[in-house]
Amino acid sequence: MSDNGLSPERLTWMYTQMARIREFEERVKRTFEEHPGVIRGHTHLADGAEASIVGSLAALGPDDQLTSTYRGHGYPIALGTDTKALMAEIYGKETGICGGYGGSMHFVDVGRGFLGTSGIVGQGIPHAAGAAWGAQIRGKGQVVLSFFGDGASKQGAFHETLNIASLWKLPVVFVMENNNYQAYTRVEQEDANAAAGEPLAVKAKAYSMPGVTVDGGDPVAVYDVVRGAVERARSGEGPTLVESLVYRLSAHGNIIAPPGVPLHYPEHEAIHVFGNVEEYEAAKRGDPVPRFRAKLVTDGVLTTEEADAIGAAAQQEMQEAVEFGLESPFPAPEKALDHVYA
Amino acid sequence: MAREIPYIQALGEAVHGEMARDDSVIYFGQNLGLTDEDPYVQAFGKDRVRVTPISETAEIGMAVGAAFAGFRPVVQLYMSEFMLVAMDQVVNEAPRFYGMSGGEVKVPLVLQAGYGFTAGWAGQHTGTIYGMFMGVPGLKVVVPSTPADAKGLMTASIRDDNPVVLFHSYLLTLEPGDVPEGEHVVPLGEAVTLREGGDVTIVGIGWTVGKALAAAEQLAADGVEAEVIDPRTLAPLDTGAIIRSVEKTGRLVVVDQATRHASAAAVIAAEVASEGFSALKAPIGLVTALDATIPYSQPMEEYLMPSEERIVAAVQQAVGSSPVAA
Repeated sequence: MSDNGLSPERLTWMYTQMARIREFEERVKRTFEEHPGVIRGHTHLADGAEASIVGSLAALGPDDQLTSTYRGHGYPIALGTDTKALMAEIYGKETGICGGYGGSMHFVDVGRGFLGTSGIVGQGIPHAAGAAWGAQIRGKGQVVLSFFGDGASKQGAFHETLNIASLWKLPVVFVMENNNYQAYTRVEQEDANAAAGEPLAVKAKAYSMPGVTVDGGDPVAVYDVVRGAVERARSGEGPTLVESLVYRLSAHGNIIAPPGVPLHYPEHEAIHVFGNVEEYEAAKRGDPVPRFRAKLVTDGVLTTEEADAIGAAAQQEMQEAVEFGLESPFPAPEKALDHVYA
Repeated sequence: MAREIPYIQALGEAVHGEMARDDSVIYFGQNLGLTDEDPYVQAFGKDRVRVTPISETAEIGMAVGAAFAGFRPVVQLYMSEFMLVAMDQVVNEAPRFYGMSGGEVKVPLVLQAGYGFTAGWAGQHTGTIYGMFMGVPGLKVVVPSTPADAKGLMTASIRDDNPVVLFHSYLLTLEPGDVPEGEHVVPLGEAVTLREGGDVTIVGIGWTVGKALAAAEQLAADGVEAEVIDPRTLAPLDTGAIIRSVEKTGRLVVVDQATRHASAAAVIAAEVASEGFSALKAPIGLVTALDATIPYSQPMEEYLMPSEERIVAAVQQAVGSSPVAA
């Protein structure tokens, strides 16, 4: 028997999803170098948050739902959305998951419970609560996960929504991925709790709901906490605020440049803003993907060969996703007017 | 069978009727459904009728999420200015998802928001702000001018698969009018011609429709026959109906309770100038509120508002000061 009731197959599934997300994000980043101009606008990567994403989603049942932020590539990958359609969306192609209308920041896959991603910080939080109200009315035991970052917890939308969600005992779990940076600003520069040396999960106290801080680099620990919160929500006891401590391994987003200037991913803000190389190197040493791999190998869940095969399969899958995205046609320009009104 | 009821009651009848017809319609907002005796709570229960805190961002944001989940939320916002604290949800969330998702995600919801309470509410509760919303692709903007339209347009708004802001006129709240009993639907996006005439087209919106009709009667006594059109829906705007009328009359006066540069009148004038210029025999007249924060004191407040007299003056300027020859 393995950790927290997770079978070896489930643990292997978790590692596989983490490896797939990482490889997808690596290929997005490489696209900026290898195929300049293919990706437009602003793209935000989830590398470093794989354990938190997969640990959280592993706690969901088949009818549960979620909303996320514009750092949203990882969730649909773990849910099983075709990575070809996701990469093609980032490349603005007709074959993309949203037909090229949404791009990197607005993935959606309603059939898999992924309801939508707002590109505006914090504004997707009430969307999750609204979907949870719907679940409460239906009474079929659905739960909604709301993913957002530490920066969002300074938005009114966060506070208004946590108040109502707790008041109405909505079946929603608020998963705050605290990566310590609000875009380029360190959390203790903008968060009163952080500045006072407290975890951000203390914000839950103001809304009379449990607040839990968890190591977001450990998918089993995240699963354990989120599963408890999901069970609480499902049984009608209301929401929980989960603060998942992660470290994003890429910068906030790619450099946004005028047309004609190559876009690229700069170094993490720890280095290029604060000159703190050691912080970043320490985070790299704690990288959750190799860390979980090593744990599974040590625990005998995977052999090194099996782990290598998972990595190789992810590489092959994402290579195909890149090729599919590159080869896919652009949408016809006049399709821009196809979805103004439903 | 129609009977006379006030405008505000007609709106409520539509919400109640749609909640009875469709279980997915939910109704919420501040200071409503407070007791078990509340008629909405009695009819539909507290799952579907909920009082909220004063949290417009969460209220409207949760409406978006409930719409994601297959419901048809109606948010009672009372005053349209309260939307301004939640502009992201109104402008940059609700109307965006259908387009951004390539048509996969529909967001059917209604925001009921009163506007233009120029009855001593001073600077922050008197705005006529629908013009701010009519340029947002994906958002529908509806402004009923009669009790019958209030019921019919609210019903259509709830049934629509898009986010709709229904601006009800506070000044018309208690205005009585004949309203059909039972189901009554007025399609969105269709203007109505309320009075036919060949000399000038007057477009009124919401509260100013009545002013336009009264001005038309006054003008008729001087031999000027005005055609009066109510767009009823500002987005999508029935530009064609207005241009067809201008092609007949050759003159246009647009009357709007909004301040000029934030008005729907400015947009309508631009459309007619752009698409119907060859039909125009005179410059387009704009009768709007004057550009100032609405003062509390009654004489100053009234000074800023469009009036029957100002409409008549604008029409007279458009047709020339003398009666129009046959």
